[in-house]
Amino acid sequence: MKTCLVVDDSRVIRKVARRILEDLAFGVVEAADGVEALSWCRSAMPDAILLDWNMPMMNGIDFLRQLRLEPGGQEPTVIFCSVEADPARIAEALDCGAAEYIMKPFDGDIIESKFAEAGLI
Amino acid sequence: MSPEEITVLTELVRRRSGVVVDPDKAYLVESRLAPVARREGFASIREMIHAIAQRREERLIWAAVEAMASSETTFFRDRVAFEQFRNDILPVLARLGRPIRICSLGCATGQEPYSIAMLIEQERDHLPTLKADILACDLSEACLEKAQSGLYTQFEVQRGLPSRLLIKHFERIDEAWALSPRIRQMVRWRRLNLMNDLRNLGQFDAIFCRNVLSSFSEDVRKRVLEQIALAMPDEGFLMLGVSETVMGVTEAFRPLAEHRGLYRRNPAYRVAA
Repeated sequence: MKTCLVVDDSRVIRKVARRILEDLAFGVVEAADGVEALSWCRSAMPDAILLDWNMPMMNGIDFLRQLRLEPGGQEPTVIFCSVEADPARIAEALDCGAAEYIMKPFDGDIIESKFAEAGLI
Repeated sequence: MSPEEITVLTELVRRRSGVVVDPDKAYLVESRLAPVARREGFASIREMIHAIAQRREERLIWAAVEAMASSETTFFRDRVAFEQFRNDILPVLARLGRPIRICSLGCATGQEPYSIAMLIEQERDHLPTLKADILACDLSEACLEKAQSGLYTQFEVQRGLPSRLLIKHFERIDEAWALSPRIRQMVRWRRLNLMNDLRNLGQFDAIFCRNVLSSFSEDVRKRVLEQIALAMPDEGFLMLGVSETVMGVTEAFRPLAEHRGLYRRNPAYRVAA
């Protein structure tokens, strides 16, 4: 079973994402910000990371930059999931190594489509 | 709605468009017709059906028929089919040495022809002389209007469309995403009822008719496929939906091995014109 780390400071978003991803046969772990997400990754790299942009402590883009410097940090497929819908922001996320970008609000169809596009399903 | 009212409607849809609606799916009829009834100023769907039966007003009939034909679509629907088109069909067509002619039948709100246009634009990096003339057709005037506007919702641009292509070809305008004029100009549009004679459509090297035939009865499916065969040269390509087939329907096409939903015109089969 593939694992997905859901990183979002909203408990509701994490819960909704977890339900959708479990239906897609992912094992799901959660983190509320970039710092917590990094400690998850240092203990076990997930196959996929669904990543919010705006979070306290460490935001999504800083987390992604840091992740890629960690041992094994090139491995996870990262998909941003943010309310930010500015094309420049989307380009920045992709240039930093995200495979795909989801604009909130999302639903199961969008998550499935983006995970398929990223080769995760 | 009573079973009789649903039958009146499903018969009308079948006669006019060839689309078969299962009368047991009353919820489908109601969910698709309710917005039309509201827009046309009727208090209920029942009232609209009675008006259709009494007035026989063409505009109202077509509003109901168009609403009943499915317009479900996404960008790059079925990724494998588009990969096959890019890897196995485009290089063959590029060797023709002239602009290739592509038709998208049942294009709904335009995501399919625009996906083809974006793909061709992308392939010009490897095939610099590649040029294409894309004609997109649909029964629904409302769908064609939306398609031609090139405006899509945030939800629509996130189904099937890679983010790289989104930021390359679309501009965000308020809550909508507007497709670039460069891609929009690659597609021509025409209102078309597949029940009619397709001989005036022109000749095409490749025809996409995906997820359209499955809503037709078998006799209509055969007729449409044979009309499509007349609109392409020997060895022309036909793309159907992954769950659709010509097998057992007509000999006008033969399947390509290991390419689900992909067919070539059978030159040995002569369709009665």
